[in-house]
Amino acid sequence: MKSRIALAAFTAALIICAGYLALYVAPVDIRQGQIYRIFYFHISAWVSTFTAFTIVFVSNVAYLATRRQRWDSLGVSAAEVGIACCSIGLITGPLWGKPVWGIWWTWDARLTTTFIMWLMYISYLMLRGLLEDPRHRASLSAVFGIFAFLDVPLVYMSNRLFRTQHPGPVFFGGPDSSVDPRMTHVLLVCMIAVLVIMIPVLVDRYRVECMRNEVEELRQEIELRSLDAQSRPAPRTVKEAL
Amino acid sequence: MKDFQFLFTAWICVWAVFFLYETTVARRISKLRDELNRLKQQLRES
Repeated sequence: MKSRIALAAFTAALIICAGYLALYVAPVDIRQGQIYRIFYFHISAWVSTFTAFTIVFVSNVAYLATRRQRWDSLGVSAAEVGIACCSIGLITGPLWGKPVWGIWWTWDARLTTTFIMWLMYISYLMLRGLLEDPRHRASLSAVFGIFAFLDVPLVYMSNRLFRTQHPGPVFFGGPDSSVDPRMTHVLLVCMIAVLVIMIPVLVDRYRVECMRNEVEELRQEIELRSLDAQSRPAPRTVKEAL
Repeated sequence: MKDFQFLFTAWICVWAVFFLYETTVARRISKLRDELNRLKQQLRES
């Protein structure tokens, strides 16, 4: 309990620090003005999205290799957390795009591949909801999860391969791509803050999955016991019953 | 000024999504805990 309180206090301090740095300390962008500050939570959301979907991919591969339930539980938990982070990215993107581009949305390479990625992982969760047998559900969703991950590097590479509406990469994009070092430092703090928030959320979501499996096992045991009781012949006399 | 409105909206949206999601997870944990206790009790009685 004490460690949980300490972690919560540390996370809160980190969030406040990241918010303060992003909104007050980071220098103003010459071309975009104050609105560019969305960048700090927009990029951080995408970093956590990619991290979560990589966890899904690793868990799916590990499940198919070992057939251990915990990998399936981790996979579905990370997929849900990834969708939440992806939704944050998809909401903050248009809120940044409208004042800068003059439009909320356009079907360019980066935005389209990202939207497809979001839909793919939602389909992953929907697929799981359609299958009742736990083993069948885990195997099929693991295969689908690996297939869905194919879109993740495509999203990352889309603004490097196709020059459309979305700006080119500001990090790891060649000699022309760079930002003020102070912006990079603030962004690093924001990314760490978002990743630190993501971990307890993922742990909580994993707990949900473990508890759900436990409930399923207990239900099966109760059902087996009741079937066993029904199949036993009823005692004909009091003496037999005793 | 309009820029600040978009910035503020984005900031609110980030926290709204985060808190809504965390609330649903916490609610699911609480529901499952109750269900687990109920099933354990049922198993003990059977």
